[in-house]
Amino acid sequence: MSILGSLNWDDIFIVPFFKEPSTSTAIAAAAGGIVVLGALAVLVLLTVKGWWKPLWTNWITTLDHKKIGVIYIVLAAIMLIRGVLEAVVMRAQQVSPAPGFLSVEHHAELFSTHGTIMIFFVAMPLLIGLINVVMPLQIGARDMEFPFMNAVSLWLSVGGAALVMASLVIGRFETGGWTAYPPYTGIKLSPDEGVDYWIWSLMLTGIGTTLSGINFAVTIYKQRAPGMTLMKMPIFAWTTLCTAILMIYAMVPLAVASAMLALDRHAGFHFFTADAGGNMMNFANLFWLFGHPEVYILILPAFGVFSHVIPTFSGKKLYGYTSLVWATVAIAVLSFTVWVHHFFTMGQTAHLNAIFGIATMTIGVPTGVKVYNWMLTMWRGKLRFSTAMLFSAGFMFTFVIGGITGVMLANPVISFAAHNSLFLVAHFHNMLIPGLLFGMFAGINYWFPLAFGFRLDEKWGRRSFWLWMVGFYLTFMPLYAIGLMGAPRRMAFLTDPAYLPWLMISMVGALAVLAGLTSQVIQVWVSVKNRESLMVPAGDPWDGRGLEWSLGCPVPEHDFTTIPNITSREPWVEAKERGLRVMEPTEFVDIHLPKNTSMGFVVAMVATVGAFGLIFQMWWLGALCWIAMFVLVLIRSYDTDWEKTVTAEELRADYERHKHVVETTPKVSLDDEFTSKNRGLVIDMETAQ
Amino acid sequence: MSATTTNLGAHAPSDHGHAHGHDKSGTVIFGFWIFLMSDLIAFSLFIATYADAEWHGVANGPSPHELFSLGLPSLETLALLISTFTFGICTLGMKYNATMRRTIGWLVVTLAFGAIFLGIELYEFHEFWTEGNTPQVSGFLSAYYALVGMHGLHVTSGIIWGLLLIVQMKTMGMTELVKTRLMRLGLFWHMLDIVWIALFTKIYLMGVLS
Repeated sequence: MSILGSLNWDDIFIVPFFKEPSTSTAIAAAAGGIVVLGALAVLVLLTVKGWWKPLWTNWITTLDHKKIGVIYIVLAAIMLIRGVLEAVVMRAQQVSPAPGFLSVEHHAELFSTHGTIMIFFVAMPLLIGLINVVMPLQIGARDMEFPFMNAVSLWLSVGGAALVMASLVIGRFETGGWTAYPPYTGIKLSPDEGVDYWIWSLMLTGIGTTLSGINFAVTIYKQRAPGMTLMKMPIFAWTTLCTAILMIYAMVPLAVASAMLALDRHAGFHFFTADAGGNMMNFANLFWLFGHPEVYILILPAFGVFSHVIPTFSGKKLYGYTSLVWATVAIAVLSFTVWVHHFFTMGQTAHLNAIFGIATMTIGVPTGVKVYNWMLTMWRGKLRFSTAMLFSAGFMFTFVIGGITGVMLANPVISFAAHNSLFLVAHFHNMLIPGLLFGMFAGINYWFPLAFGFRLDEKWGRRSFWLWMVGFYLTFMPLYAIGLMGAPRRMAFLTDPAYLPWLMISMVGALAVLAGLTSQVIQVWVSVKNRESLMVPAGDPWDGRGLEWSLGCPVPEHDFTTIPNITSREPWVEAKERGLRVMEPTEFVDIHLPKNTSMGFVVAMVATVGAFGLIFQMWWLGALCWIAMFVLVLIRSYDTDWEKTVTAEELRADYERHKHVVETTPKVSLDDEFTSKNRGLVIDMETAQ
Repeated sequence: MSATTTNLGAHAPSDHGHAHGHDKSGTVIFGFWIFLMSDLIAFSLFIATYADAEWHGVANGPSPHELFSLGLPSLETLALLISTFTFGICTLGMKYNATMRRTIGWLVVTLAFGAIFLGIELYEFHEFWTEGNTPQVSGFLSAYYALVGMHGLHVTSGIIWGLLLIVQMKTMGMTELVKTRLMRLGLFWHMLDIVWIALFTKIYLMGVLS
């Protein structure tokens, strides 16, 4: 085998187009071209604007949890654009006259990358990013417990995403769906590098996510402000804790399953092969042992977001804190007991299916508790429909429909009939679009000022909400209908004219979603342009309730000048009721913050290059990078000068400066919340004296 | 654990003891403990896969009963158990401020027994391999090599880690940082011992006696 492994000229993205010109290969070449030109455009922009140095010192080498969180969200945004565009192309394929404009293989590649990207490189970075920005601020911590490991997690996820993007330009991605079931993904039926792209990009991001989970859990257990007992913790911190525990235990089965698949493919092992005693059903078993807890990893943080957005914009305390906490914990525990419902048809006994069916329906109970909690929080509240609140309300309507179809599918008898149909596709999009994306959109709109100091534009935000909401219903309600008529998922082209009217509606919906996404891009653009009038330097732009709103916007690098003593669940509300606009300082002491380091970035990039080597069977490159990573970690282990000091005087000066800003900022009533009068410190004038 | 870690900070010449105003080394060890829990999940999945493969995956290859004997694996077990005991002495000594010489001495004994364990394992792999019983023969043999091999890789990295720590003790001194690293290696080593007990029972004892 040559030094370049299995790489050859045909792997370059435009070569297939010149060999066999068709619409399908043209689209593939264009997609690769967009990636290459996009990357070039970024490089040129950075050079022309002279942004290399600030990018390096402020972002790439940073260990600040807020900045790491922002990079995660930027990554998710880039990948979301690709994921939505792929969805639009697939919708277009299914309304074109058969056999459509895409080759069957190309279509298969599209649904595989769409699923992989949306779960691992959109949903996960979104929620991990939001947790990074917000959670330490909510519990009174100065950073994550392990800031360096946090950077390693981040850049490993970026590396995994880079590999998926690279598959557009060099070689191709797999065609076995985001679940990549063998034996189809075994070496005999999928001999090219596609499955290896899947294996190694998920391995990188999976390791990153496991480390993030450890980081979040230890931070919450060990870094809470004095007096903040677990039952005084904000709900978002609770959902983060449960998600973190799920990450720690549930990412491992994915790594194990994909490592076994890699051994099968390249070392001749027989874990999942069809012959020599392999058991392909064990792959489904291991995969969903990860996959089902993953669903709750995705959804719990969004539940946390709603539990803050809804009380804030209802002007009321959260209804039923304790029941919400226990519902969260119950969901986290139950999430490990239902994975078999993803393969009721695989051939296990009816008794086993019945047990897992019942366990699945049981999850509806704690989830129902939560929906009632949010509804009762809104009950008789003074509702203000900001973008964040609109997304939350839209979630509640839509998610319940998805929950009902979920309980239907939990019945093994119905599952046998609806298995692998578009009904299922409609169901899980119905859970994840409101339950994950709407939650993250609400959270980003709500907490944006903490990271950047200005609010996001409300007009474009609300437009994006309505487009997403209408787009969702138009896209997926028809899929429920034709799913029950028998339309299979992953349909390569239109097979039955009876589906066509429904698929046309779905196509329109996908375009509406694309318009919603475009509105969000415009929203960010407009907000950055008008940031002067959207600035909220005094903090607390929404009459907020959590500790994070006691800080100025943007939050300084050290987060808190002094760590407050916590005596209740809503310390900031109580402080405001006592007439305070700044938390009273406890005592000013010198603090230590982690110094910037490029090591996290470098280690993860070496890992990415090594993974690329393994994908194209350049074993020497994989081994070389493995050794290099080891040496780099060793070098880091000798580095004991990793902290910088912020003195008590600097903290006091910062406190005085913030206090001065607060004291000179006029109070703003709720009516002016979304106007340029809002410079922070919004307050309900009717209840405040 | 808290008693041990509080003591760890007591004589540290390094100035990182109060970096965050709380017990940093205790937190680091807690974080590592959580990591070990996820590692344990990986082992349990490999064991579950093995349990399935030894039942359904023999195909045309040998069965566990035909392949295994108890002699060498018992010796391996003995070596690993002794190494866990000597590591215990090593960390206890560190708690009571033993000299660096003694700490390193017990660590060397530990790593040596780890190396004996590994040597026997590799010898056994070699025997199987030359008889034609490679992982490519059947699902059962794939699962066997993967499970025992993964444990062996862990022991190997533990030995490398230990050797590097000896170098760091010499070059950096017994700082709090180095001490917590040794504590973490200890946790890692003891976990591998527990995992091995499960492996020995499931693979060899139950395999031979079935």
